[in-house]
Amino acid sequence: MELNAGDTAWVLASTALVLLMTPGLAFFYGGMTKAKSTLNMMMMSFAAIAIVSVLWVIYGFSLAFGNSGSGYYGAFSVSGLSSAVGELTNNGGMYGIPLLAFAGFQLMFAVITPALISGAIADRAKFVTWCIFIALWVTIVYFPVAHWVFDFGDKDAAGNVTGAGWLAAHGVLDFAGGTAVHINAGAAGLALAIVLGRRAGFKKSPSRPHNVPLVLIGAGLLWFGWFGFNAGSALGATDTAALALLNTQVAAAAALGGWLIVERIRDGHATSIGAASGAVAGLVAITPACAFIAPWAAVVLGLLAGIVCSLAVGLKFKFNFDDSLDVVGVHLVGGIVGTLFIGLFATTVVNSAGANGLFYGGGAELLGKQALGAFAVGAYSFIVTLILGFGLEKTLGFRITRDAELEGIDITEHAETAYEFEGLSGAGFGGGALTAKTKVSAAVKDEEVSV
Amino acid sequence: MKLITAIIKPFKLDDVKSALEAYGIHGMTVSEASGYGRQRGHTEVYRGAEYTVDLVPKVRLEVLVDDDDADSVLEVIVKSAQTGRIGDGKAWMVPVDAVVRVRTGERGIDAL
Repeated sequence: MELNAGDTAWVLASTALVLLMTPGLAFFYGGMTKAKSTLNMMMMSFAAIAIVSVLWVIYGFSLAFGNSGSGYYGAFSVSGLSSAVGELTNNGGMYGIPLLAFAGFQLMFAVITPALISGAIADRAKFVTWCIFIALWVTIVYFPVAHWVFDFGDKDAAGNVTGAGWLAAHGVLDFAGGTAVHINAGAAGLALAIVLGRRAGFKKSPSRPHNVPLVLIGAGLLWFGWFGFNAGSALGATDTAALALLNTQVAAAAALGGWLIVERIRDGHATSIGAASGAVAGLVAITPACAFIAPWAAVVLGLLAGIVCSLAVGLKFKFNFDDSLDVVGVHLVGGIVGTLFIGLFATTVVNSAGANGLFYGGGAELLGKQALGAFAVGAYSFIVTLILGFGLEKTLGFRITRDAELEGIDITEHAETAYEFEGLSGAGFGGGALTAKTKVSAAVKDEEVSV
Repeated sequence: MKLITAIIKPFKLDDVKSALEAYGIHGMTVSEASGYGRQRGHTEVYRGAEYTVDLVPKVRLEVLVDDDDADSVLEVIVKSAQTGRIGDGKAWMVPVDAVVRVRTGERGIDAL
């Protein structure tokens, strides 16, 4: 097989689209926190970009997609990625795109998954511990799980496949990461919300979103980037990519509507946060299913996800866990809805590489596989994250002090504030002056200039 | 001399300001305030969770006036700030012992 320029161009463009989702997520989450903790919330996402990108090159891609012959983890054979240069992608079959394009594209999935978790622990996580958590979590949770789900193995000339992930080999259908990304992040978010505990004032004086337009900007960027996430997962400019793109659009649209209908009936008003949340819930649910179901079924899935997720975000108050920005209600629940929906509505009419679900004469077999995939990823992620989280809490400390939380984590962890509250004229109190340390270096510079 | 203070709805500030200017009042101090009276606050819903917002944004307006003008200025403010709906605010006046113009040192009526 030779390199295909069109396919490669689409995957490269998709990579950039998916990268944009993580800053988009930072806006989406950042607008929902208090004004005094929005920078920390956004920094948790940006830290994920930095840390995971570096680890990915060193050993991450290799651990996820290297051919170790095992279904549970990859080998270290492509560590450093130098041996990947000049290779084409072989993932259950050859693709006409460079292996490095595939590695770059998959990197963005590895980046956004830990960033998604951060919404569960808003306002209260030590930044350094969070950074260490990201590095450990992707190593023992994300990289192996990506191998389970996304690695279809190397196919040789004789047609033998080696080193496929156990869920992929088992026939679990997850086109773009309903299990590996969303159920994974949602279950980990639940675990961390339990490890860090409830914020001061949970249920009694909860925090209102401080910047709703920022939430909408974030939702818009996520939606835009999601076309790369889902349609890019076709790894080529193909009819499967077009199907995935269209399904992504209609599912998000239907879910937005579904969420608003629930709000209008239950609370009396359709809200803008509800619209943003509904769109994201629909995008989550369509992620695993986007290339396996017909567009009309994507509308049904979207509507279902919007309704179910809008009801699921209330669970935290019932069960008393402070999943601050609803990672469980949107990503875990939305991911499960989408993953199981494949077992009902998948059809080989739209994609011959897929399978038939219950309603297309495939019986309950696919539904069972989908349930296994959802359960395996969710349970592994929850248990390992719980252990890792408690380990970090006992050693480094994961939660900031109560005083720091009340003062605002932006000041205590980052020595910054998001907004200047001195009035438009800038003549307010506390306008700030350079500290002695900065003045000295400024004076030195002046001297140098005068000389 | 009297100090008149009025807590009004923010969107009525322009009406009150032009009414005072028409009356011949040439200075005032305006600040953003928040509070509640008998109307209490309102409720907002985010992702199904209801929040009660007690402190409602208001504008606090202060004017220094001569004793002779005090009652009519108070009247002008109340009339121009009124919508007749709940949450219109309050206005009051208190006696002032001394007023000094900082630039010139003038005192009393001359400083107004």
